[in-house]
Amino acid sequence: MSEPQTTPSKKRPDLRALFLAFSSVGLSGFGGVLPFARRMLVEERQWMTAEEFNAQLGLCQFLPGPNVVNLAVVVGKRYQGALGAIVAPVGLLAGPLAIVLLLALLYDAYGSLPVAQGMLRGIAAVGSGLLFAMAWRMGAAIKDKPWFLPFTALVVIAIAGLRWPMPWVMVAGLALSGGVAFWRLGKK
Amino acid sequence: MIVLQLFLEFALLSFVAFGGATALLPEMHRVVVENHHWLDDTTFTHLYAIAQAAPGPNVLVVTLIGWKVAGLAGALAATIAMCLPMSVLIYLLIDRWESFAGKRWQKAISIGVSPLAVGLIFSGATLIAQAAQFGWAAWLLVAATVAANLRFKLHPLWYIGVGALLGLLGLV
Repeated sequence: MSEPQTTPSKKRPDLRALFLAFSSVGLSGFGGVLPFARRMLVEERQWMTAEEFNAQLGLCQFLPGPNVVNLAVVVGKRYQGALGAIVAPVGLLAGPLAIVLLLALLYDAYGSLPVAQGMLRGIAAVGSGLLFAMAWRMGAAIKDKPWFLPFTALVVIAIAGLRWPMPWVMVAGLALSGGVAFWRLGKK
Repeated sequence: MIVLQLFLEFALLSFVAFGGATALLPEMHRVVVENHHWLDDTTFTHLYAIAQAAPGPNVLVVTLIGWKVAGLAGALAATIAMCLPMSVLIYLLIDRWESFAGKRWQKAISIGVSPLAVGLIFSGATLIAQAAQFGWAAWLLVAATVAANLRFKLHPLWYIGVGALLGLLGLV
């Protein structure tokens, strides 16, 4: 069933195209694939304009959960309804999932060897460094730092220090930090 | 029934996964290692390292944890639990997003969430270091990675490769 085009985008992918396109996105990135999703959707296949992409990404980033999975659901729904919303994220995850499970099998077989342990230890150290750098960059991007960075510190104390359960920390933190943001927005 | 328990624990976590699966590292460690003793510290950091070295979205560390806890069923249960609740919610909300995007409360939540996400990711980084019991050489590698990553624009695989090599040589 093809309906007349109403969106500004030129193309309307079918289920197969959605699956394959999101598979290639899933397999192309290391440590986050969102930039690849943008390139595929906006530049390569031109399923969306940059403005459309930004508008849809808004909710994907607003809600918790893996942003790029959320994005696949949105794009899938937009072009092929409920089926598309299933096929696109499955395409995104199927390939990487298979690879990661293959690595898990290798780990089960050889993970106890000193060589493997050493490599994983080295990668974990680098991975930890990449996380510190990511936190630094995200922290630097926060506006109104004197108001909001104290909440970062509170989260670190509660989560890393006191090991409190994260759902409660997040609910309380969001009430406080969101409350401050709400108040500051009203003053402008 | 460990698979069901895993599913419920991770489905609950998906509701607070602001900042994606990466932000959940400390809580996944708390639930999986400290509360349930499904994995030990070393295995947890190894799984994180494997997820780093593999292509794909960050959420796959969840798949690996599920796999180690309860095999293939665990891997699928954990992954679906992490993705499904928000996928359903976003499916239902996306057509109405424009009606609340930019409202004061919506902006307040977005602004309010980001300092919390920074704290979670910072905690994740310290947790990996703690669980792996880094010595001074490993901390040096952490510091070098941070400095290089903030300074240069290198593909993440370079870091992974260097880390793996130094580890292979027994230097960290």
